[in-house]
Formats: sequence, C-alpha cells, structure tokens
Amino acid sequence: MHSKALNSDLIQYLQKEVLSLQGLNKSVGGQHVNTGLGIIESAFPAQIFPTGAVHEFISLSAESAAATNGFISGLISSFMQQRGMCLWVSTRRTVFPPALKVFGIEPDRIIFAEVAKPKDALWVIEEALKCEALAAVVGEVKDLSFTESRRLQLAVEASKVTGFIHRHQPRIENTVACVTRWKIEPVASITEDGMPGLGFPRWNVQLLKVRNGKPGTWQVEWSANSFQHTGRRTQQLPAIQKLKAG
Amino acid sequence: MHRRFLAIWFRHLTTDWWVRKHPELKDTAFLLAAPERGRMIVKAVSSAAQAKGIYANMVVADCRTIFPALQVFDHIPGLERKLLQALAEWCIRYTPVAAVDMPDGLMLDISGCAHLWGGEHAYLKDILNRLRAYGYDVRAAIADTIGAAWGIARYGKITAIITPGTQATALMPLPPHALRLDAAIIARLEKLGLYQVQCFMNMPRSALRRRFGQQLLSRLDQALGQEIEVLEPVCPIIPYQERLPVLEPICTATGIEIALKKMLDKLCTRFTEEGIGLRTCVFKGYRIDGNIQQIQVGTTRPSSNAAHLFKLFELKIPILEPGLGFELFILEATKIEDIPITQDALWNESAHDDVIVSELLDKITGKVGADTIRRYLPAEHYWPERSVTIAASIQDKPAADWRTDIPRPIHILYKPEPIEVSVPIPDYPPMLFIYKGKLHHVSKADGPERIEQEWWIEEGLYRDYYCVEDDKGNRYWLFRSGHYNSREPKWFMHGFFA
Repeated sequence: MHSKALNSDLIQYLQKEVLSLQGLNKSVGGQHVNTGLGIIESAFPAQIFPTGAVHEFISLSAESAAATNGFISGLISSFMQQRGMCLWVSTRRTVFPPALKVFGIEPDRIIFAEVAKPKDALWVIEEALKCEALAAVVGEVKDLSFTESRRLQLAVEASKVTGFIHRHQPRIENTVACVTRWKIEPVASITEDGMPGLGFPRWNVQLLKVRNGKPGTWQVEWSANSFQHTGRRTQQLPAIQKLKAG
Repeated sequence: MHRRFLAIWFRHLTTDWWVRKHPELKDTAFLLAAPERGRMIVKAVSSAAQAKGIYANMVVADCRTIFPALQVFDHIPGLERKLLQALAEWCIRYTPVAAVDMPDGLMLDISGCAHLWGGEHAYLKDILNRLRAYGYDVRAAIADTIGAAWGIARYGKITAIITPGTQATALMPLPPHALRLDAAIIARLEKLGLYQVQCFMNMPRSALRRRFGQQLLSRLDQALGQEIEVLEPVCPIIPYQERLPVLEPICTATGIEIALKKMLDKLCTRFTEEGIGLRTCVFKGYRIDGNIQQIQVGTTRPSSNAAHLFKLFELKIPILEPGLGFELFILEATKIEDIPITQDALWNESAHDDVIVSELLDKITGKVGADTIRRYLPAEHYWPERSVTIAASIQDKPAADWRTDIPRPIHILYKPEPIEVSVPIPDYPPMLFIYKGKLHHVSKADGPERIEQEWWIEEGLYRDYYCVEDDKGNRYWLFRSGHYNSREPKWFMHGFFA
C-alpha cells in the first residue's frame, strides 16, 4: 500500500518533469493567463493553455487566413491585458489595424514588422521571442522547417514569451517542434431569429496536434470581447489519429 | 598677477562676412537691410557705402537717392552673434578666456599669454594680421581693464597698447562714448559741454551721481580698474568623438570588437554624466593604405547603453574590410538627444519594458532596415486607405479613439480587386459574385455603408460597402464604386472578415 502511494507520487513527479522538458511549463512567472477558451482548454495538458510556447496555425485559403488571424487576435488580447506590446511579423502585411479593436486589442500597442525576405522574417521572429518584454509574438510565414521551429522553441523556453506562427498555404504540412497545430475555418454566422445581416465571427476550430493533450474540433464565436461556445463539441478525432498526434 | 585685456572691434562685421561669401562684392557699396514698420531699414553697410555717407538705421529709399548704384541684400537676424561666437572660439588659440562682446566685438583676457608670441606688440600684430587676412576690418587695443581696452579700440587715436597703470591718462582725451554709457547720459554730458572724459573724470563723485546716475560712476570705475568686471568666456562644444590610434595594424574582427568596446565605454560614460544619449553613431576605421571604412547604427530612442550599442555594431562589423589592417579608429556620435529622466517604477515594469522593446527594435532595424517597423495610429478619415497613419515614434499615443461601431475587415487588400456580380435591384447587395474565377453565392449581407471620397484630398467616386457572407460561411467586404447611371458601376473586393 505504502509503496503504491510512493509510486503514484513518483509517476506524477516524473510526468511533471517530462512536461517541463517538452517545453510545457505550467507556471509562467507564477501567473496563469486566462485565454477564455473555455471548453477547448480541456484539450491541453493540465487544462491550461500552454504559454511560453510556440503555437502553429495553418491556413489554406485567404478566407481561412483572415479567420486564423481573428482567432489569434482574440487569443493575444488576453495576453496583452497584463503586459505591454506585441510584435506582429509578416512578409507582407494584410492585417487592417482598426479591425483589431473588435478583438479586444489596442491596435496602437501592436508593432508591425514587414520583412520582405522569409529568412529575415524568421530571424526577426526569433529575436522577438527572445525579448521578455513582449506580451506575444505573431509570425506570418509560409514555410517553417523542423530546425527553424526548434530554434523558436529554444528561444521561448528561455524567455517565456508565447509565439504564434501562422503559416499561410505552406508547401508541405511538415512536422515541427511547436506544441500545438491549429486550423481555423470560418463558418456561417448565426443571427437572431432570421434577422437580416451578418452575425458575430464564427469559426470551426480544429486542434490537430497538441503535445500531451487531446486534439479535437469545436465551433467558437467571438462576441462581447470573448470566445463563446454556442455549439457543442462537434466531433472527436478517431483514436488512431490521436496516437499519431504530438 | 597683473591682468591685461584685449578688445577687438569689427567695424563691418556682417558686411565683411558677406564679402567673404561673395568675393565679387569687394570694394562695392552695398548694404544689408530688414523690414521694420513697413519700411526697409539699413542694418549694416559696407565700408565703401559708409564712405558715401550711408549709415545704419537709415531708410533704404533715402540711401538710394544718395547713391543710386547701391546694392541691397537681406539682413540675416542673429548673424552677428553667430559670427562672433565662431570668432571667439577661433581666438581660443590665443588665450583660454575669450568672450563675445555684443554687438560688434570680442574681449580676450590675455593675462600671461602675450609673451608666448614675443611680447604684446607681436601678439597684437599676429591677431590683427590674421583677422585682416580673412577680410575683416578690425581695430584692437590692449589695456589693464575691459572698459579701457573697449574705449581705446573704438575711439583711441594714439596707440593701441596702453602700458600697465596708464589707462587713466589714455582715457582722458577720449569722448564720453568710450565709457560704454547709455545714449541719454551721453546726450546730457554733451549738453553740458563735457566732450571729453578728462572734463568730468576728477569731479566730485557725489555730484556726478546726482546728475548722471550710478551708471556713469561704475563705468568710470570699471575703465580705471577700481571696480572688477567679469567676462563670460565662450565654451566650445567638445564633439562627441573618441579616437583610438593603434600601435600595430588591426585586421581581425576580435581586435575591432575590443577597440569598439573600449571606445563605446568611454563615450557612454560621458553620455551618462551629461544625461544624454545618442541616436546615430558612426564608427570609422582608417586603413594603413589610406582607405576609410565605416559603419553606422541608429537607435529608436536616445541610448547610452554601451552593451546595447555594441550589439548593434556587432551585426555590422563583418561589413568592414580591414585589408592590411586599421591604424586608427574613430567613434563619433552624429546625433544626440537628451534622455528623458524617468523614475523606475517599483511595481509596474512598463518603463523598463519599453527600453527593452526599443532595444529589440534597434536590433531589427539595424539588420533589416528602418522602414520595416511600423506602428499605426487612428486617423480621422472614413476612407479605409486613409483611416490609419504610421506612428512617428514608439512613444506616440493615439490622438483619437479607435472606432468599433463600423465593421472593418481584419484583412484588407492593398488594392481593391475587381469582381463580377449579379445584383437583383440597384442599391441591393449582390446575390452572387465571381472572385478569382470562383463563384460565391451570397447568403447573408449587411449594408450599404456609403463612404464619400474626400474631395479636398482626391477626386473620385464614392463607395458603397457591403459585408457579405457566402453559403460556405466566408465573409467578405465588397464595394460598388459610384452609382447606377447610364453605365454599369464597377464592383470590387476589398477585404476579408474573420
């Protein structure tokens, strides 16, 4: 009996150790960022959105790229409530700053870096991820090799900054060292009782890979400055894919 | 030690400078004039014009009647002070204490300096010859007191060097103007027939004070050496520059880094003492074959942090081509600014964070160029392309609020792209549209939001914006340019909603 209790303690300790070695530090500066993702957070290890890590988003069309940037903006708004500034790196800026205000961000607190060469953009993202004073870093690049993603991961492990890499139409969806892989697609918005006009932004959020978590798909709406779950969890990925993930 | 002063009087300071700039004006009659109460008033005249009887403060029209071939140029305000300041700095080669004596002179404290030129006579001759070689019409005098030297330089007729202790005798035959008195006092003295200093020099002091005021007495005392007068010497600005000559030519990156570190440490120590920081800095390496290699860095906010500046330079050191080696390094701060004094907050780290972020931005701009970093502020325009402006600096705060009452897409196209639409009736959103060869059926739509072209900025048609959602759930921002008239209006895609 005694040895069993000891074993379970040991296993828990080892699990924690493994998590921190994988770059998923639970406590970032002793405080926990409430992203307001609600039910989606249950997919992550310890039910906490991994901060101090790099998240990967993949978009295949211009519409889903806009949806992805909207989702990222909603996420970083909770990061920017506590700390100052965010750096948004892209090879060609498509984001329209006034629209960010709807997602709870002061657009003037975002510094945009428009770097023509993808190689330079990656260098800028890495340097920014090393800078502890930033709340978050968003990088829009096309391709990211495994080695490059390792460099980014090593940078955030030291600085505890959260990075969001948005890959628009990548040549291949290769394995990278990021903790999660997301795909965000826009879905038809819902209006009250057949009222005319458009509803709030609504997305199909696919969490394809998450290290030590459970991938899944959800429908999320952005309204009243937060994520809302009006629909239930639509589908679970088959068990075989779950094994592959991470 | 016995004190000696040298007064220099520039008789035609600004016009002589004008001749130096435009040598073709030499020996011609010209003047510098400025408008005053609707008339052109003479501010300075050349010696040739003065010989014709033209003086300062005359009206230019009067001067033209005296001498029709007169040339008139614009007077530059503040020029005298600038010239005298530069000349005083030039005079530091003769004495460490040189002062500007507005409006047309210099005053040098030459105590213990003249013997280096072989006596006062040779000293004075050297200064005058050099100034005259530059083209300045100067007179000078050396005396024990500032007042005496001033008066004798301007009104003395016998000798320019007054031997120690004899300033009273030298002042005696001079007019009262030589005592630097107010015009009102001079007028009163002349009215009483006191045309020379000796007339009133030995009068009872109480009588002089009662009739002419304290100024006459104190000026007299200053000229005779009974009252101390203080000079305010010019302090030339020492350039923010560091030099490092090296014994052996340096051709390795490590060697350059060591030299750079040393110089940055010295320069930054000086910056911290003076409370300033640099914005741009040039590092030059002089090669032994005469070639000069240089690298330059800039910062977004004034910095005196040697480690940060070194990091900026470090990225550019590979640009330097040492060839056979560098024999001299020069580090120069070309643009400096005051560092705003900030109190380090105990709880809120934002001020400290700002510094770290701006150091990051310096690094980025140093590597990929300054035009890559942008921050946007709201501009009070409805026209989407003009609704944001680029912030000038990292500290800029928005002057207006960001608007949330009107829908704006998260992605905007730089240039609106034409689409083909099918619309049920005018002023209705489209039923379907073709964008990039793909057909979209519109299921939901909002609009129109009419945005007029700002005619005072640009001519053009207004736009009617519609937010539409197609049957797959994608949301777009479309607009119709202009209205339905004789011909079909054009439709454009302008953005994507999240």
